[in-house]
Amino acid sequence: MANNALIKDFEALLGPENVFSSEADRQSYSYDSAVLAPVVPTLVVRPTTTEQLGQCVKKLYDNGIPMTVRGAGTNLSGGVIPDVPDTVVILTNGLNRILEINENDLYAVVEPGVITAQFAAAVEKRRLFYPPDPGSQSVSTIGGNIAENAGGLRGLKYGVTKDYVMGVEFFDATGEVVKSGSRTVKCVTGYNLAGMLTQSEGTLGVISRAILKLVPPPKASKALMAVFDDMQKAAEAVAGIIAAHVVPCTLEFLDNNTIVRVDDFTHAGLPRDAAAILLIEVDGHPAQVADDAEAVERVLRTTGATTVHVARDAAEKTKLWEARRMALPVLARARPTTILEDATVPRSQIPAMMKVVTDIAAKYRVEVGTFGHAGDGNLHPTFLCDKRDADEFARVEAAIDEMFETAISLHGTLSGEHGIGTAKAKWMEKETSRGTILFSQRLRRALDPKGLLNPTKLVSIR
Amino acid sequence: MSDLHTLAQRLMALDDRLAACMRCGLCQSVCPMFGATMKEADVARGKLALVNNLAHELICDPQAVAGKLDRCLLCGSCEAACPSGVKITEIFFEAREVVNAYLGLHPLKKMIFRFLLPRPELFNLSVRVGAPLQRLVLRRNHDVQETSCAPMLSFMLGKRHVRPLAARPLSALTGPLDEPRPEGGLKVAFYPGCMGDKLYVDMAQACLAVLRHHKVAVFLPEGLACCGMPALASGDAEGMLRQISVNLPVLRGDFDYLVTPCPTCTKTIASLWPRYAQRLGTLEREATARLAEKTLDITAFLVDVLKVEAPSDGEGSLAVTYHDSCHLSKGLGIRSQPRTLIKASRPCRLVEMNEADRCCGCGGSFNLSHYDLSRRIGQRKRDNIVESGAAVVAAACPACMMQLEDVLSQNHDAVSVRHPVQLYAQHLGLGGGPAA
Ligand SMILES: Cc1cc2nc3c(=O)[nH]c(=O)nc-3n(C[C@H](O)[C@H](O)[C@H](O)COP(=O)(O)OP(=O)(O)OC[C@H]3O[C@@H](n4cnc5c(N)ncnc54)[C@H](O)[C@@H]3O)c2cc1C
Ligand code: SF4
Ligand code: SF4
Repeated sequence: MANNALIKDFEALLGPENVFSSEADRQSYSYDSAVLAPVVPTLVVRPTTTEQLGQCVKKLYDNGIPMTVRGAGTNLSGGVIPDVPDTVVILTNGLNRILEINENDLYAVVEPGVITAQFAAAVEKRRLFYPPDPGSQSVSTIGGNIAENAGGLRGLKYGVTKDYVMGVEFFDATGEVVKSGSRTVKCVTGYNLAGMLTQSEGTLGVISRAILKLVPPPKASKALMAVFDDMQKAAEAVAGIIAAHVVPCTLEFLDNNTIVRVDDFTHAGLPRDAAAILLIEVDGHPAQVADDAEAVERVLRTTGATTVHVARDAAEKTKLWEARRMALPVLARARPTTILEDATVPRSQIPAMMKVVTDIAAKYRVEVGTFGHAGDGNLHPTFLCDKRDADEFARVEAAIDEMFETAISLHGTLSGEHGIGTAKAKWMEKETSRGTILFSQRLRRALDPKGLLNPTKLVSIR
Repeated sequence: MSDLHTLAQRLMALDDRLAACMRCGLCQSVCPMFGATMKEADVARGKLALVNNLAHELICDPQAVAGKLDRCLLCGSCEAACPSGVKITEIFFEAREVVNAYLGLHPLKKMIFRFLLPRPELFNLSVRVGAPLQRLVLRRNHDVQETSCAPMLSFMLGKRHVRPLAARPLSALTGPLDEPRPEGGLKVAFYPGCMGDKLYVDMAQACLAVLRHHKVAVFLPEGLACCGMPALASGDAEGMLRQISVNLPVLRGDFDYLVTPCPTCTKTIASLWPRYAQRLGTLEREATARLAEKTLDITAFLVDVLKVEAPSDGEGSLAVTYHDSCHLSKGLGIRSQPRTLIKASRPCRLVEMNEADRCCGCGGSFNLSHYDLSRRIGQRKRDNIVESGAAVVAAACPACMMQLEDVLSQNHDAVSVRHPVQLYAQHLGLGGGPAA
């Protein structure tokens, strides 16, 4: 536990109700959603104003204490597990104000602890649209989304979080405020530091405010579901849709194992022998939506879909999506430990990647269900096991290692959206280069000479 | 220390169920406690982690873990939203039991759960003595919710605005009932629950009137005790078992359904009695299993069994909004039936509020031990109710009704609180509706 003087200091700054020093409280900030060992921080503080946030960072820097910024703690790569036991965790959920939604200039200004879905709902009330929709959006924070560059189901057409970051304000390691970007569509004043902070996983600065781009909402949408008896045909359908110049807002798939498990659970009558189900949604102007849906249907039929369902109304659309919505819940229930991976490959390599995932599962005798964003080549091979079984868990780890090897050899990437954290740090050099690691480390050391900001994450500087 | 080790070993019985939590954090979005405090130790993920740590001897402060476990409404919102299907409330009940066994049950709670509640005659006597006396201490608030406050009892009631105890409990008003089953008709056992028997007697009477209207024979035996939930929530499974043992012989009779207007009672009888009766004898196990099959919430009975329907033209003049009680909606999956009942009741027009299924913050004894938090959670519900513009809020749970009356009265809102069955009773001309 932190020494009393430090606790008193923070209590004076933030009020005792925002400083958590008891063992029980600290233990509840020792983990995130990654399957990694917890580390209990020495103290947890919750600033409720931007000024306080800056003062916290400065105080910790002055005292040479490592710090980890924590949003909702839902990242899947260990990003908010304290690096060392003398870490202080800074919570952002006391900074959850939406400061401005500008309907004329199509942007919003928010504090970092604003919850993604609540923000999207507030934007929708003003008849605008904030597209990034990670599966965790009901709890994840905008700060966490920016720091992980979170994606979601709408990535193919609308992009990911980075495509909506117009500007950020952040505190550097010393507590100095830095501003980058603006409320304008164009802004080239200085380095693109906002871009640098995006995907920085809490290692370069502490985001205190963000300016986010908003877009007009689509006026109509239509959902389709197609069943394939062969993964290759499903992949050809995906390629065919893009080649037909249709960019669906979502293009998701489920593999056989996932389909069977969802059907076991919901008794929805899904095709249990299908190799893959594709779920496609097109949106935009009503006339275009009708055209696009027709084009998609044509591609699905010519590429050999065994069945194609087109949702006629909202209720049917909800029903079509049910299988996808249930994918994670059903897989998660199968075994105690659920490891949600996000290896990503170029779209055309999906069949090759899926074959490897299936082979690896057999080779290491592990259970995997795969679903994901087919349009983005972003797969979520979900490993189901019991981490208390050391032998099984070792096989799962070996299987995941081999899967990464393959993803890289197929010109893919370790992580499409879940981040590196500590979970995948050892793979960084393999995908990039020695120089990339050294450059990143030099950058970090220059900006954070005492090595205090999430020091072992991404590329370790400890 | 060896004691702590024993405590940990007892908690290891939960290990498989604890391991099912994948720490996704999605429970944050629905947990009323987390909504009020934004502290990780207040959300299911945090509490499960602490129980896990206590079981694995990673924390040696059971008192602190008990304190965290106690900051929970047992509303089950987390469990209903959990993608991993973690049996969260089951874990919480059992963890509270193990930890409280180690720490010792508070003597007052012990007296209430093990001595008073299993003895309905004593419980009734204490209420009968208390009800006239309360006139001396309660001050009427002259609000539409008909609550009072008790400056003289502030050490006990705080600043609560509560409805006074009924002058006479339901059981004293009706006496025991064992009506003959009509030719080809139905007979139900009516279990009013403690609050239906002693506080919301008018609501319980409305239930009986509606049952009579539908020509359903009623069995209301003498000597019903509490369902045991308050004891179990305090970690006193023993107290609950005693109450089950008192109820079972009393509920022996020939009836088709056991209906209650309290979803906590329904849920307890339907799913917890059979589970906990495993610790009793074969006879008790069989009896609870039989009862569980027959147990039904009263709105579900009216709509699903008696087929009460809402008219398709239902556009009444009285705006009524509906609050989904946690134990009814998340616990029993009953959402449409109370709404149907409201729509079936002239002159009601159902208007949905935002977050209708978000917990109101009562949580039974949680309200007694954490009134400040309960009020904070209740305020969000109150805001949603008022924003809906309704003149009446219906809730099919007496504990929710009490909480809604308190928060609305504290805010001087002219919104009255009713059980859907009361609205339906008024529609049938049986009394019990809103003054409006
Ligand atoms: C069930 C589930 C589904 C998911 N689905 C998706 C998905 O579809 N797409 C996707 O991309 N991700 C997904 N994720 C991963 C995760 O939700 C995202 O990474 C999300 O962006 C994390 O947000 P958070 O608020 O929980 O951040 P946290 O986990 O608290 O933090 C994440 C990282 O951001 C840093 N950070 C947080 N706030 C700040 C700040 N103010 N300044 C600087 N750094 C900060 C932290 O230090 C940490 O490194 C999912 C996770 C779960 C559990
Ligand atoms: S939602 Fe369920 S699995 Fe996820 S953290 Fe909460 S309890 Fe655990
Ligand atoms: S039961 Fe209710 S209050 Fe308790 S942790 Fe779950 S959601 Fe929160």
